[in-house]
Amino acid sequence: MTNSTLQLGAEPIAARKPAAEVRLEGVGKRYGKVTAVKPLDLVIEAGSLVTLLGPSGCGKTTLLRMIAGLEQPTDGRLLIGGRDVTHLPPGERDVSMVFQSYALFPHMTIAQNVAFGLISGGMAKDAALAKADLALDQVGLPGLGGRLPSELSGGQQQRVAVARALVLEPSVLLFDEPLSNLDARLRRRMREEIRDLQQRLGVTVVYVTHDQSEALAVADKIVVMRNSEIAQIGSPRELYQQPANTFVASFMGECNNVKADLADVAGGRGRLTLGSSQVLTAVPDGLEQGQVDVAIRPEAVRVLPKDSGCLQGVVSHATYMGSCIEYEIETDIGGLFVVCGDIAGMRAKGDPVGLDFVASGIAVVRP
Amino acid sequence: MLRYCMLALLGLLAGLALLPWHMQEAGVLAGAWVRASMTSPNAAPALFQAAIFGRWWFIPIIAAAFLGLAVHVLFSGRKLSQASAARAMTAIGALGFFLILAQGAAIGPGGWSYAALSDAFGPLGQKQFGVGAGMAVTTIGFLTLFTTGLAGQGGFRSDPFTAFAVGLIALLIVSFTAWPVGRMLVMALSPTPGQNAIEALANRLLEPKIWGLACLYSGKSCGVAWNTVALALSTALAATMLGLCFALLVTRTSFPAKKLMRALTILPIITPSFVIGLGLILIFGRSGIVNQGIEQLFGLDLGRWIYGFQGVWLAQVFCFTPTAFLVLIGVVEGVSPTLEEAAGTLRADRWTTFWRVSLPLMRPGVANAFLVVFVESIADFGNPILLGGSLGLLSTEVYFAVVGAQANFSQAAALALLLLLLAFGAFYLQRKILGRYSYVSMSGKGDAGLGQPLPDRVRRFVYGVTLPWTVLTVGVYGMALVGGFVKVWGRDWSPTLSHYSRAFSLEWGPSGVLWSGSAWNSFFTTIQLAAISAPVTAAIGILTAWLLTRQRFAGRTALEFALMLSFAVPGTVLGVSYILAFNVPPLELTGTAVILVLCFTFRNMPVGVRAGMAAMSQIDKSLDEAAMVLRASAARTMTNVLLPLLRPAMVTALIYSFVRSITTVSAVIFLTSAEHEMATVFIINRVINGDYGVAIAYCSVLIVMMMVALGTIQLLVGRRNLGRRTAGAKAPAPAHA
Repeated sequence: MTNSTLQLGAEPIAARKPAAEVRLEGVGKRYGKVTAVKPLDLVIEAGSLVTLLGPSGCGKTTLLRMIAGLEQPTDGRLLIGGRDVTHLPPGERDVSMVFQSYALFPHMTIAQNVAFGLISGGMAKDAALAKADLALDQVGLPGLGGRLPSELSGGQQQRVAVARALVLEPSVLLFDEPLSNLDARLRRRMREEIRDLQQRLGVTVVYVTHDQSEALAVADKIVVMRNSEIAQIGSPRELYQQPANTFVASFMGECNNVKADLADVAGGRGRLTLGSSQVLTAVPDGLEQGQVDVAIRPEAVRVLPKDSGCLQGVVSHATYMGSCIEYEIETDIGGLFVVCGDIAGMRAKGDPVGLDFVASGIAVVRP
Repeated sequence: MLRYCMLALLGLLAGLALLPWHMQEAGVLAGAWVRASMTSPNAAPALFQAAIFGRWWFIPIIAAAFLGLAVHVLFSGRKLSQASAARAMTAIGALGFFLILAQGAAIGPGGWSYAALSDAFGPLGQKQFGVGAGMAVTTIGFLTLFTTGLAGQGGFRSDPFTAFAVGLIALLIVSFTAWPVGRMLVMALSPTPGQNAIEALANRLLEPKIWGLACLYSGKSCGVAWNTVALALSTALAATMLGLCFALLVTRTSFPAKKLMRALTILPIITPSFVIGLGLILIFGRSGIVNQGIEQLFGLDLGRWIYGFQGVWLAQVFCFTPTAFLVLIGVVEGVSPTLEEAAGTLRADRWTTFWRVSLPLMRPGVANAFLVVFVESIADFGNPILLGGSLGLLSTEVYFAVVGAQANFSQAAALALLLLLLAFGAFYLQRKILGRYSYVSMSGKGDAGLGQPLPDRVRRFVYGVTLPWTVLTVGVYGMALVGGFVKVWGRDWSPTLSHYSRAFSLEWGPSGVLWSGSAWNSFFTTIQLAAISAPVTAAIGILTAWLLTRQRFAGRTALEFALMLSFAVPGTVLGVSYILAFNVPPLELTGTAVILVLCFTFRNMPVGVRAGMAAMSQIDKSLDEAAMVLRASAARTMTNVLLPLLRPAMVTALIYSFVRSITTVSAVIFLTSAEHEMATVFIINRVINGDYGVAIAYCSVLIVMMMVALGTIQLLVGRRNLGRRTAGAKAPAPAHA
C-alpha cells in the first residue's frame, strides 16, 4: 500500500487557512457540586500539537469537549483565533474533532460520512462528494467511498474519521484518544501519521490521551492533568527529565521515588547526596537544602560489580525481559527498580551488587 | 433564529387568516367552511371574524402577531440586537398565548362566561363555541416565537429546535394529560349542598360501597376498592408465577417448540382483552361446552359460576400472563450465567444454585412484573364488564357512574381518583424497586458463561404448569374462533356463515358496492382513527425520547417525571377525565373524532417513548456530537443521523400504537359516539345484548386483520434493511490499515 500514509499531494487539504491559537481564560466546569475542571488558564499556540495527558477522571476529556463546544464551561472565557467562542455551538467554532469511537455514521457510506460536514455547511451535494473523494484519496483510502463503515478495518475507520474532520479545513483539530481502539502496532504507526499530517498542514491540534508514550511521541507540548487541574506543562523532554512533582515523575514513565539530602542550593542547582557520591542536579524554585524528594529513572541506575560504584545493594528480584533485565535492588536509600541492558551479565536473586547513577535521569521534585 | 422566527410568523398567518378559528362540524378538511366564512362568523378565520363580524376580542391577538412581524423585520434589518430581539420574541409569544387563553376562557357559548365580566362590560351580543384548527395553529405559532426567543437568550444550548420540541411536548402534556386529570380532581372536589369541597370528597371516597367489608361476615359483597385490590393481587400473583415458568421454559430448557411459545405471547397483544372473556363464556358459561357436558353426563347444573370474581380472575390471568412473560424473559436472560457457573465451582449443586443465586437475582424483576400486572388488572375494563356479573370493581363502577341513570360525574371522578392513586402507588413502588435493587447486568459485554439447566424438580414443575396452561390458552382462542361459525352456541351447533354475513355483508347497489353489514361503520372508523393516531404517537414518542436521552435542559427531570406519571394513568381514568375536561368550550371535543385520536395518542405515547428510548440508548452519543461538530443543526442531526438509525424503533412504535388503538376498550368506551363508533365498543355492546355470534365473528376478523398488518409491515421493513446491507456489501476490506 504505497498510499497508506496520510500523504497529502500538491494540494494539502487544510493548509489554506492560517492555524488559530486556542486561549482558555479561567475556564472551568462544575456539575452541581462536583468540579470536573478547576478554572484554569492555558494558551495553545497556533500550529502546535498539544496533548492533554492524565489518568482517567482527571478532566482532560471535559477540557477538550469544552474547546469543541460539546460542554459549556461554567467559568471563564474561551477564545479561538482571538474570537470569543464561549457560547457558540460546536458547528460555529471552526473546530473539528476525531472521536474515540470514531463516531462514523453507520448508515451512511464512507463518502457520505466525509461529505456530511460540507453539506451541513451549505455546500452543494455533488461538490461535497467530489471533495470527499479527494480527501479519501489523500488519507490513503482511494475508491472506498462507496462502502459502509462496518466494512472497513479499525485503522481504515480511523483514517475516515480523520478525513471527515480535515475536509472541513478547520483551524483547530481535536483528537479524543484517537488510537485507543487500535492494536499496539497500528497505534504506533497511526500516531506517526497524525504527527506527520499535523506538521505538514501546520494546523493547531489538541490531543487527549492517557498513554504517556503516545504523548511523548506526538506532542510539541504536553499538559499533564491531575485532579481537575494542570499538574505541569512542558515539552516532552522537560516533563520526562524535570518533572515538577512525584505525580508527574511517576506518570511520565517508571520511576523510583526516594528521599535524599540536598545541599549547596544556588542558582537553581544543588548538590544531592546519593550513597557515597554526590550528584549535581537542577532544583525547582522554592526548594531549600535538607531532605528532599528525588525521582530516579530506572535506566539512570547502572548495575556494577559488588563493592564498586557509590551505593551497595542486594538483588531481590531479577526478571528477564528479552531486550533488557529488570531488577529490584534493596539498598540503604530504599528499594530501587532498575532496567539494565547487560543481558549477558544477568545477576540472580540474592547477588550483592554495586550501583552508580547517571545525572540526566535524576531529578529533585516537589512532593 | 431568523428562520424559526419566520416559521412562527407563517404559523401565525395560517392560524389567523387562513384557517377557521372555531371547530367545524364537518371537519376542517371538508372545506365547507370556505364558502360559509363570508356569511357565518363561526366558519371564518379570526382575522375575518374581527374585521367583518366585529369580534373585537381577536384584535389583541392579531396585534401580537404584528408585533412579532415587527421584531422580525427590525432584527433581519440589524436594527435590533440578537439579545433584545430574543427577549421581545419571548414576551410576544407569552403575550399571544395568554390572549388566546383569556379570550377562550372569557367568552363562551352564552356570551361572557363570568357574571363579573358581563357586569363590567355589559352583555355581549356574540357567543363562541369550541375552538378549532385556526386556534391550534396560532397557538403553535406563538409557542414557536416564545421558545425561539428563549433559545436566542442562550437557553436550551441556543438551539431553537430543542427549545421548540420541549415547549411542544410540555404544552401537549399539560393540555391533554395534566389538564384533564386536574379537571377530574376538581370534579371530585365539587361541593354538594350542605358540604364543602373536602367534606364532599371525603363523603364520596368513604362510602361503604367502596370500603365495606360485608363479605367477611355475611353473604353480601365487599366494597369495590377491596374487590379491585384483591383481584389485582391474585391476578398478579398467578400471572407472574405463570410468566416466570414460561420464561424459564423458553430460556433454560430444551423444550422443542420455543418459537411457538413466543408466537403465542403475541396473541393477547393483538387481540382485544375481552376475547379471552368471550372464550371463557363459550367454555364455562351457562351454555358453554363444559357446563353442557357436565349437565348431560351427571345432570348437574353448574349455573353462572364463571360470572364473578373467579371468572374475571381467570380471564385476567390468561390476558396478563404474556405481559408478565415478556417482562420476565428479559429478567431471566439478564441473570449472568457466569454467576451460576461460579456458584457451581463453589460446590453448590443445581438446586442450591437456583434457590440461592438465580432466583434472588431475579427477585427485583419478578417484583416489577408483579406490579406491571397489578396495574393492568386494576385498569382492565373489558373482562370485568363481560364476566363481572354483580362483582363491583373500580373501573366498571366508574363507567356505570357516568353512563348510569344518575350520571353522577362527581362520583365517577372520585372513584377514578381512587383508581389513579392505586396506579400511582404501584408506579412508585416499581420505581423504588427498580431503582434500588436492579442486578441485571446491561454492560453490553458478552457473557462467556453458559446458561445452567434447571434443577430436575424445577424443570418438572415448569413443564407441569406451562403445558396444561398452553393447551387451555389454545382452547380458549380456538373456541372464540369456532364460535363465529356456529348458529347458536350451546343449543344449535349447525355450522353457519350468517354471523359473518350479518356483520360484514356487501351488496351491489345502483351506485356500486354497498357496505350493508352492521360492523362496517365501526370497522372503518376504527382503522381510520388508529391509522391517524399511529404516526402522531410515533413522532411525539420519538421526539420525546430524543429530548429525554439526548438533551440537557432546565426542567428535564420535571418533564421526565411528568411523562412517567402520565404513563401510569389507567385508561378508564383518562377516559373519564377527557369527557370531564373536553365537553365544554373552548376545548369542546367530546363526540368528535379528534378526541378519540388524542386519546389514542396519549394512551399509547409510552409505547413510542419507550421504543424510542431503548433505540436511542443503543446509538452512541458520539454520533450526535460528531454531527454537531460537523456543522449540522439539531434538526439536521435528527433527520439525517438519528431517524435513519431509529427506523426499527419507529416501526415498532407505529405497529404497537396502531394495534393498541384498535384493541383498547377502557378509555374509548367513554368517548365513542354514534357517529364515531369504535370496533371494541361495538363488540362489547353485542355481547351485552347476548349476540355472541356477531361479536365473535368481528373479533376473529380483527385478529386476522392485525396479523396480516403486522406481517406486512414487518416484511416491508425487514426487506428494506436487508436491501441496504446487500447493496453495500462488497468484498470485505483487508484487515490491515
